Amino acid sequence: MWREAALVAGKDLRIEARSRVGLWQVVPFAVLVLVLVAFAIGPDNASLRHAAPGIFWIAVLFSTVLTIQRSVAVESGEGTRDGLRLSGIDPAGIFLGKAAAVGLQLLVLQIVLWAGVTVLFNVRVHVVWLAVVASLVATIGLACAGVLYGALSAGLRVRDTLLPILVLPVLAPVLLAGSKAWQAALDGSSSSGAGWLRILIPFAVIYLVIGIVLYGPLQEAA
Amino acid sequence: MPGPRPLGTTAPGPPTMVPKAMAPVVQFRAAVALAGRFPALAGVDLSLHTGEVVLVVGANGAGKTSLLRACAGLLPVTSGEAWILGVDLTADHTAVRRHVGLLGHAAPLYGELTAAENVRFAVRALGLPAAAGDRALERLGLVGRLRNTPAGRLSAGQRRRVALAALVARRPALWLLDEPHAGLDAASRSLLGDLIGEAVADGAAVLLSSHEPELAVPLSDRVVTMSGGRVTGTAEGGRRTPLAALPAVEPPPDQGTMGTWHVA
Repeated sequence: MWREAALVAGKDLRIEARSRVGLWQVVPFAVLVLVLVAFAIGPDNASLRHAAPGIFWIAVLFSTVLTIQRSVAVESGEGTRDGLRLSGIDPAGIFLGKAAAVGLQLLVLQIVLWAGVTVLFNVRVHVVWLAVVASLVATIGLACAGVLYGALSAGLRVRDTLLPILVLPVLAPVLLAGSKAWQAALDGSSSSGAGWLRILIPFAVIYLVIGIVLYGPLQEAA
Repeated sequence: MPGPRPLGTTAPGPPTMVPKAMAPVVQFRAAVALAGRFPALAGVDLSLHTGEVVLVVGANGAGKTSLLRACAGLLPVTSGEAWILGVDLTADHTAVRRHVGLLGHAAPLYGELTAAENVRFAVRALGLPAAAGDRALERLGLVGRLRNTPAGRLSAGQRRRVALAALVARRPALWLLDEPHAGLDAASRSLLGDLIGEAVADGAAVLLSSHEPELAVPLSDRVVTMSGGRVTGTAEGGRRTPLAALPAVEPPPDQGTMGTWHVA
């Protein structure tokens, strides 16, 4: 299963590297979200610093939807969906591979956004390990839940508009817990931040397990 | 069905999972498959043995593509009997997939990946060495620039050759070819005939559908006619009988688009 997951992840990442959709569309979109929300809040530095974690995770969340849509679109070409089903790859391997590819893209995006937040909102992370762990765990949750709901919507003609409606409410706990954990990391309060990890970790584990179990049936149903 | 043998392994096996004199490669009896609420297959009876090439003909909507998809485990059989390579499709229609090769209307290729990368992905998915893909690419004439061109920039015929290369490299026990001549030039069509001959000589079985009987009948041992999701007739093909020796037969009225074909 892990060999197959690596194969699928490598394939998806190669496709993304060639298409450059992530580089020229998803990253600029996420930076735009940062800038526009900052405009909406106004020039007050204290307000911007206070809102920075929430804005960061809203940008990540919206970008997750775009990344998932790309991941689904890769397999929606004529013949490719059947090709993947006939490939002999275990559906759990496909799920893990696609989630890994999405997760890696989101991590790169978060590094860019982190730099953007630092420059635009003049904030500094005091508990780096907390911000890093929160990002890693939240990314696993976002990628697993996203790929799962992507499979659910894959066979639908209205998938592009339906996917955000399906997936954004599901990802709300990541927005909440991620923002709070990052706020704690900015404030230097590692103990309160660790409490929010207790929401992020089960979320990631639950969607990882559900994805491994249900991706195959969802793929068939789609 | 009496005495079907389970595959017994999910690992990539030799091209023929069911040796001669054992269960047929394909055994359908009164097989029904639904596409939504519509019966795409409405009680199909068909058997196909190792080393045999069977051509399926019929008008548009007769159920040819559905039959091939059911054999590939992509369309669940809801009633009747359906065995592929000893696997009961009514119990688990997905288990057979890694042992069959389907060339559908659309080539299952990723446009951003090169021809070689597409074939290599298909090969490595089965755990086979990448060299198998390289040999198949050479066999299909996909060398030099073509080999490293993104599939999205290839012509329809070239994409079909890449898909064929992936199929050849995977050495499936059952080849399922849906309109395999479509989009191919004369040389590629000739090569396709050679590949089918080599596959059956190697112990595989081939089920193909075609609207070009002048090309497909000479490749086949048997020709079965489908209409309304059922097999409505069987005739001898031209693989072992020279086409010229077969009497010309006009197709039935609902097969009007197919032109004249030869049956014994």
